[in-house]
Amino acid sequence: MIKLEKIHRNFQVGDQIVHALDDINIIINDGEYVSVMGPSGSGKSTLLNLLGLLDQPSSGKYYLNGGDVTELDEDRQASTRNKNIGFVFQVFHLIPRLTAAENIELPLVLAGVDEEIRKQRVNHALESMNLMERAQHKPPQLSGGQRQRVAIARATIMEPSVLLADEPTGNLDQKAGLNVIETLEQLNQHGITLIVVTHDEALGARSTRSIRMLDGRIESDNTDNKAG
Amino acid sequence: MLTKDFIRLTGTSLLAHKLRSFLTMLGISIGITAVVLLTSIGEGLYKFVLSEFTQFGTTLVGINPGKVTTFGMSMGVFGSVRPLTISDAEALKQLSFAKSVVPLVQGNAEVEGNGRTRRTTVYGVGSAFPETFSMKVGAGRFLPDDDPTAPRAFVVLGYKVKQELFANTNPLGQRVRIGGDRYRVIGTMEAKGQVLGFDLDDTVYIPAARGLDLFNRDSLMEIDILYKEGTNVDRVVAGIKRILKSRHGRDDVTITTQEQMLKVLGSILNVLTFAVGAIGSISLLVGGIGIITIMTISVNERTTEIGLLRALGAKQTQVLSLFLGEAIVLSAIGGAVGLLLGVGLAQLLHAMLPALPVHTPWTFVMFAEGLAITIGLVAGVLPARRAARLDPVEALRAE
Ligand SMILES: Nc1ncnc2c1ncn2[C@@H]1O[C@H](COP(=O)(O)OP(=O)(O)O)[C@@H](O)[C@H]1O
Ligand SMILES: [Mg+2]
Repeated sequence: MIKLEKIHRNFQVGDQIVHALDDINIIINDGEYVSVMGPSGSGKSTLLNLLGLLDQPSSGKYYLNGGDVTELDEDRQASTRNKNIGFVFQVFHLIPRLTAAENIELPLVLAGVDEEIRKQRVNHALESMNLMERAQHKPPQLSGGQRQRVAIARATIMEPSVLLADEPTGNLDQKAGLNVIETLEQLNQHGITLIVVTHDEALGARSTRSIRMLDGRIESDNTDNKAG
Repeated sequence: MLTKDFIRLTGTSLLAHKLRSFLTMLGISIGITAVVLLTSIGEGLYKFVLSEFTQFGTTLVGINPGKVTTFGMSMGVFGSVRPLTISDAEALKQLSFAKSVVPLVQGNAEVEGNGRTRRTTVYGVGSAFPETFSMKVGAGRFLPDDDPTAPRAFVVLGYKVKQELFANTNPLGQRVRIGGDRYRVIGTMEAKGQVLGFDLDDTVYIPAARGLDLFNRDSLMEIDILYKEGTNVDRVVAGIKRILKSRHGRDDVTITTQEQMLKVLGSILNVLTFAVGAIGSISLLVGGIGIITIMTISVNERTTEIGLLRALGAKQTQVLSLFLGEAIVLSAIGGAVGLLLGVGLAQLLHAMLPALPVHTPWTFVMFAEGLAITIGLVAGVLPARRAARLDPVEALRAE
């Protein structure tokens, strides 16, 4: 479970203070499918980075699975990211000199998992992402959709409880984008908490909960806008 | 992270830029090559000079008349000092640790024999000269242990003098004339070659007392004592001083032990080797700057990758060690190549110029490789720290 309490995130730009997040209070339960929408600059990415422990709030509390993670030191936050949080980015962020399989394997490598176990898990992930034939290909040899599926496999290889996706379809054509969203939704159906930032109203409408942001605030928070 | 994965990740990123990695390694290689080559030559010279000096053994003590004022200058040159005499040498034989005592006077004179003449170095010495200076008699025998004050007129010829005067005929029993006096040849020396530039074969040996007469001197130039191994040097010096002081009434001689000589010589040669190594190190410094440059470029290029690694849960220390690892691998491999090159070139040089002694001790090799790795470490620290301290959000946004 995710719980944000009075979260503020300010940036100092020159002598001006930008309130990227301005008093955010939300609770997201395990297994929810949340879309975050809003105009550019409304604080969506900042919110996601904060949820992913890549960024710290200026003030407020963040509880993940019951524990206060704002109190953790750098190393603990790193290991929480490694084990509990998966990231999917708009620009994929694959390492070009590593093969698809090696890219997927990275979080396991960082965690120091044994080679035997790694192989099994990576193979399993490749299979479920339908990337078996692409295992030994390097990112430049893959299509956009395939690259994003490699990124999703990498984000979920540690079986995290939360999957954060910042405009995952932003760099994809409609067909590949739909395929990626369906892949994410499948993972959500298997229990992962899915939080997707998107510009696309149609994609946003597919989630069970839709958060709209404006100027660092939550404008609206509609649960189950699809099923009614 | 497992060590194996660490090495693999480091390797792939270095292999991704082969030319760049190669050139960076080359910088370190050249530096290490220079250090190894120069110190090998320095150390070779050191060994060479030292072995030249110690070939007479290290238990040799030289006594010269007069007190040394400054390094190497003896007051004895200007007279006003009691002469060092043959009876002084005889008296020193009573020292229990003295294996042999050799009086020595030296000068140049014409030697005439077998109808030929040669100007050569004449040594007036005692009968213990060969054992004291590790010289070997080739034919016949060395000067006998005659009454030191009235020795018979015998001469022993150095190898070159024998060759020049007698060529292939047997000189033993022949007469030669040295400075007007007639001597009988009773022996010849084995060829010895040059020691520190002195031709030890272009010599003849006559008894010390006759040498003093020949050169019209009343003082020996030197008395050399070979003492028993294991004797404390201080005891040796003290014993010699005691006897000569009682004979001369004051302490008016200079005693030079081989140990002192070696110490001075050793420290001079060490400074030489060090200086030469330091010159080589300058090129290592340049190689180190190369690593800093490349690693800085690498961190800049891979900023998003660093952000990604952090997002995937890499700790700051892991990022730090990955980049540090790359710098160290570059310098360690560069260093190893440099070692091979350096040792190879040193051997090649020695093969082409056998007169130039080279020597590469293992400690130098280990030291040079350690130095290379240290340079990689030091050069890598700044860029790697920068990588580790990047803000992950900013890093991911870069491009
Ligand atoms: N590192 C930063 N420094 C200064 N301002 C920032 C920084 N990151 C974000 N902002 C500002 O915070 C606001 C929210 O940004 P962001 O979360 O990226 O918006 P969104 O993802 O909704 O487009 C914007 O006004 C942006 O300019
Ligand atoms: Mg954004």
